[in-house]
Amino acid sequence: MATPVSTPEKPKTAPAPVQPEAGGKPVAPEEGPAFDVRDFSLWYGARKALDGVSIRIPARRVTAIIGPSGCGKSTFLRALNRMHELTPGTRIEGSLHLFGEDLYAPSVDPVVVRRRVGMVFQKSNPFPTMSIEENVLVGLRLNGVKDRAFLQHRLEQSLRMSALWDEVKDHLKRPGISLSGGQQQRLCIARALAVEPEVLLMDEPCSALDPLATAKIEELIQQLRLRFTVVIVTHNMQQAARCSDRTAFFYLGKLVEFGETRGMFTNPSNPQTEAYVSGRFG
Amino acid sequence: MRTVTTPDSPAPVKPTSVSRWPDRSFHWLALLAALTLVGLIVLVGWELYRGSRLSIHQFGPRFLVSSQWDPVSDVYGALPFIFGTLVSSLIALVIAVPLGVATALFLTEMAPVRLRQPIITVIELLAAVPSVIFGLWGIFVLVPWLRDHFFRWLKDSLGFLPLFTGPIYGPSMLAGGIIVAIMILPIVTSVSREILRSVPNLQREAAYALGATHWEVIRIAVISYARRGIFGAAVLGLGRALGETMAVTMVIGNRPEISASLFAPGYTLASVVANEFTEATSDLYLNALFELGLVLLAITILVNAVAQLMLRSLAGGAGAKAH
Repeated sequence: MATPVSTPEKPKTAPAPVQPEAGGKPVAPEEGPAFDVRDFSLWYGARKALDGVSIRIPARRVTAIIGPSGCGKSTFLRALNRMHELTPGTRIEGSLHLFGEDLYAPSVDPVVVRRRVGMVFQKSNPFPTMSIEENVLVGLRLNGVKDRAFLQHRLEQSLRMSALWDEVKDHLKRPGISLSGGQQQRLCIARALAVEPEVLLMDEPCSALDPLATAKIEELIQQLRLRFTVVIVTHNMQQAARCSDRTAFFYLGKLVEFGETRGMFTNPSNPQTEAYVSGRFG
Repeated sequence: MRTVTTPDSPAPVKPTSVSRWPDRSFHWLALLAALTLVGLIVLVGWELYRGSRLSIHQFGPRFLVSSQWDPVSDVYGALPFIFGTLVSSLIALVIAVPLGVATALFLTEMAPVRLRQPIITVIELLAAVPSVIFGLWGIFVLVPWLRDHFFRWLKDSLGFLPLFTGPIYGPSMLAGGIIVAIMILPIVTSVSREILRSVPNLQREAAYALGATHWEVIRIAVISYARRGIFGAAVLGLGRALGETMAVTMVIGNRPEISASLFAPGYTLASVVANEFTEATSDLYLNALFELGLVLLAITILVNAVAQLMLRSLAGGAGAKAH
């Protein structure tokens, strides 16, 4: 599988002018959607986990996915880079395009999809036998990158983007698992960013972290949205409100509501959403 | 304080009334059982030492480095047997470890779920075959085939190596190693499988999420996570291989010589003890055989201790890695 590192050209490389929004958050102007999902259903064996989901996830924004346990939010996230296929016996219907390209077309290799759509998990999972440096660079090495100057550059860039550089720059050769929990999670983010994905998926990335480490990751997400499309699953509604631009509310495998985060939390149009965000169920 | 009078709430049992003696007697019984095991090993070691005192005094450390084994003039040295034991065991490892680890990888990472249990059952059956059956099969099937085909082919294609020179008899160090390989394959496979199964799924997903192919996932997430445990499995297999007696005796040729060629016959510590005990006419001869047993015990314990340390450090490491 010799896929070049330089991922296909996409609009994200354009240094779009940064404009202050009403809330003071600098954001790039709205572009076309990153993901265009239409009538997407997913089955685990006979159980339908996603039911006719249609959603357009904007590029270079943070989209939060909320909903009670078992609502299909993690399943949906994993379908975005075809990670759900690791579970035997799954089946999908509908279509899912990333920047106009059908990710489920028969000619598309899921390995290539996952190089374009990176993922960070609930629990940090650095490779225990690898150093900090090796952990960050493992994705590039898989792609066959050998240029040491380039690797060195990408190492620093990725660790800076994940706000870890200053903490680890003097001991890059130490094992990745010697770091604290929050640092390990940021290391995993750096590892995902090093291959320059177009999208970063985050599956409850802070659920195992203390509030301080969580604040760091949330701050980091704010930085990442300037360059990447971020989709984050969270069970923490304050987190969704704090760090996302759009919020999607899933319930029983269906997308109930999707819209501007501020609107969703202050003035939800659907009674189920209102009940959930106000803490009356879930 | 309210007194309890209603019949449906019986008076509470006072903690002081709990009898402790079953607890205590079980404790002592378990301790006794554990000590018996330790005692047995110490006893075996002691008896072997006692039985070999004559030979130890007569030859001293020279026993370990001398290759003379001459019952007629009562001169004994263990080197050819140590050599034979180590070399046949190493051959067995070289064959069994890659095969066993590959089988374990297939079972944990690739095989369809329906296929897994049947394969595991077959492997376990392999472990249940008595040693002497392997020996018979070795004599009548394996060795003739090796002699007429495999060894000839090895000599033709790799004959420039000293390992594959000299006359081909059939019974040989290589035949012994191959038989032992077959016999330790089940343990190497099942221990490796346990180790691979202990690799957290999250590790595999981490690699998949980076766009790794199936093989790359196995390489960077599975094997590297499990490598110490696999090493432990190999050493455990080595421990088994060292003590293997019956089948090896039947195919290794039983000649105490040290040859670079794997086609030459050899002799192992376990084989010589089993073969020559009945013929040991002099006290010194008997003592020398006992000392061979002592050497074998020492090597085996050493190897097993190393294996246990390996496996334990892996278990501890994996626990720490969970966070």
